[in-house]
Amino acid sequence: MTDTTLDNHAHQPSGLARWLFSTNHKEIGTLYLIFSLAMFLIGGAMALVIRAELFAPGLHLVNPEFFNQMTTMHALVMIFGAVMPAFVGLANWMVPLMIGAPDMALPRMNNWSFWIMPFAFTLLLATLFMPSGGPASGWTLYPPLSLQGGNSLAFVILAIHLMGISSIMGAINIIATILNMRAPGMTLLRMPMFVWTWLITAFLLIAVMPVLAGAVTMLLTDRFFGTSFFNAAGGGDPVLYQHIFWFFGHPEVYIMILPAFGIVSEIIPTFSRKKLFGYTSMVYATASIAFLSFIVWAHHMFTVGMPLGAALFFMYATMVIAVPTGIKIFNWVSTMWQGSMTFETPMLFALGFVVLFTIGGLSGVMLAIVPADFQYHDTYFVVAHFHYVLVTGAVFAIMASVYYWLPKWTGNMYNETLGKIHFWWSTFWVNVLFFPQHYLGLAGMPRRIPDYAIQFTEFNVISSIGGFAFGIGQLLFVYIVWQCARGGEKATAQVWDGARGLEWTVPSPAPLHTFDTPPDVNEPSLAAHTRGV
Amino acid sequence: MITGKIKYVGRLALFAVAMFGFGYLLVPLYDKFCEVTGIGGRTAEGPVAESEYLPTEPDLSRQVTVHFDSNVNSSLPWHFEPVEKTMQINPGKMYETAYIATNYSDQPVVAQAVPSVAPGLASLHFNKTECFCFTEQLLGPGESKEMPVRFFVHPDLDEKTNFVTLSYIVYQNDDATENHQTAYN
Repeated sequence: MTDTTLDNHAHQPSGLARWLFSTNHKEIGTLYLIFSLAMFLIGGAMALVIRAELFAPGLHLVNPEFFNQMTTMHALVMIFGAVMPAFVGLANWMVPLMIGAPDMALPRMNNWSFWIMPFAFTLLLATLFMPSGGPASGWTLYPPLSLQGGNSLAFVILAIHLMGISSIMGAINIIATILNMRAPGMTLLRMPMFVWTWLITAFLLIAVMPVLAGAVTMLLTDRFFGTSFFNAAGGGDPVLYQHIFWFFGHPEVYIMILPAFGIVSEIIPTFSRKKLFGYTSMVYATASIAFLSFIVWAHHMFTVGMPLGAALFFMYATMVIAVPTGIKIFNWVSTMWQGSMTFETPMLFALGFVVLFTIGGLSGVMLAIVPADFQYHDTYFVVAHFHYVLVTGAVFAIMASVYYWLPKWTGNMYNETLGKIHFWWSTFWVNVLFFPQHYLGLAGMPRRIPDYAIQFTEFNVISSIGGFAFGIGQLLFVYIVWQCARGGEKATAQVWDGARGLEWTVPSPAPLHTFDTPPDVNEPSLAAHTRGV
Repeated sequence: MITGKIKYVGRLALFAVAMFGFGYLLVPLYDKFCEVTGIGGRTAEGPVAESEYLPTEPDLSRQVTVHFDSNVNSSLPWHFEPVEKTMQINPGKMYETAYIATNYSDQPVVAQAVPSVAPGLASLHFNKTECFCFTEQLLGPGESKEMPVRFFVHPDLDEKTNFVTLSYIVYQNDDATENHQTAYN
């Protein structure tokens, strides 16, 4: 241990090599976050192609094949390129700081798990320039449709394999760090909520990413090597793919929301100047959601037909998820109750998250109702639902976390006025963008279709205007981050006066190496920054 | 601390590998589950022995409508239709009907029919003692063939079920077709 400590202060390669060979959790965290931002902009540009085409009925800008590639690639890029790497980046930066560890448990593997990602996305994005085009069957890659496209499917599957390997290595690293490297006195039930949610998320990742890898490998062999896993002519069953896919897919959606719960559970207490209400119930609620995520997958596929008993089971099990989720929302509201609240940008995004994520949660309960789902399935109602939970849920939480920890990362305060403008602009336009899609779906507009009947025109126009305004607003976010990284009012170590946690005991910007000597969490001087026993 | 790390990493990596295997294990589990519960509407892949299942007394008090459905995969140059669209049957009694297939190409074609029964749970009680779907079917150029199905519905069929659909999709068997076409030409 001593040797390593001395060693990593000595050589610091400069330029590109510094980033290529870095094993420092903070630098790798930064790489993940920058990568995620780049993918967010690429995926966002794809979304704008979709919204531009849907601005008016009829085919105007792109051909239907390309439109389908855009819907598919938008989802793959946003899920695997933007949201997941952003959370992994936050975990890299913050988990060691929050538990008093000097670095991640496996720094070299950490480097590898990041540097796989640019290669994975080069493969994925390169398919758009291939003769057969990119994948166009939706991100779920359902057979037989996904097997009827071009040979670029092989690139997509290899890219998914690489992303999966990266995620699994990241998850193993996070679990090993949390379970093995906590500072003395940092018992499991004294860990910050963000650490808890990531610990559970990491287990979900290890449990389901290999299942996705298996499912896409079966697609690969069906398409290129003559197997018949999903080919009915050869005795296979395409519905089997949907079962395997959603066995991965449903835990996957919680992989994208549990760390967001953790972020919000950090921010709301800070700006309410109170301890998190119901900490233990938060931990159990998170674990319950993770468990339930494994037994509800078939609610994504009610319309394939299943016996009444199965439909009822999946309906009730899905609705049960509203209970632990409700506990969390209750706890956040109770944390704010009678708190001395202030409304800096991170808090605004966290509050936006609580309100708007709840809207997405409620439309999720509607979708769980089997007879109603037969009407909503594959309509824009589903699109509205998951964009409320993923954009105003996951993405808002990521933005909240960036504003919250940016002063710690850069040592400078961001421009608060611009941050507030960014919040209000985004919140207004994201609702203009997605709320009308509920009505479109209820009226019967199917998803993943480049053209529509003229009675859907008005709501599509509103939605497209919202989409472009929201999209342009995110350039402001890029500017704010860039401006903050370059300079500004110096941040204190504490940054926010209500902030609690070991990360606020190190200077801002956090030096490259922190907690080389682990802090003793039981020490009285740290009492304000750690949970009581 | 170092050994602790290795312990975690080894176990977690093993867990990941096991979950990859579990993804594949879902394939036989799914088949078995569908076979046992009837979910998915699959029927037995071979003939059901009459003596074993056919009760001595048919249930004449009950009538069930059987609807016959046919689908052809787009790459198969066949017409394929049931002789009768529907049939009124008594559970426990043996019936025979047929499908007519016509190869409208100028080449021999081998195809495989894949059956399915709806509602899914009825498939447990829908028994075929003879079916063209148990083997591959070869039709010469322009040839037309009547292909029989012998079946009975077991009286254990759920009381509320009085309408059962037997559906077939025919697919081209590419390998067998290629062999026959090479021999033909």
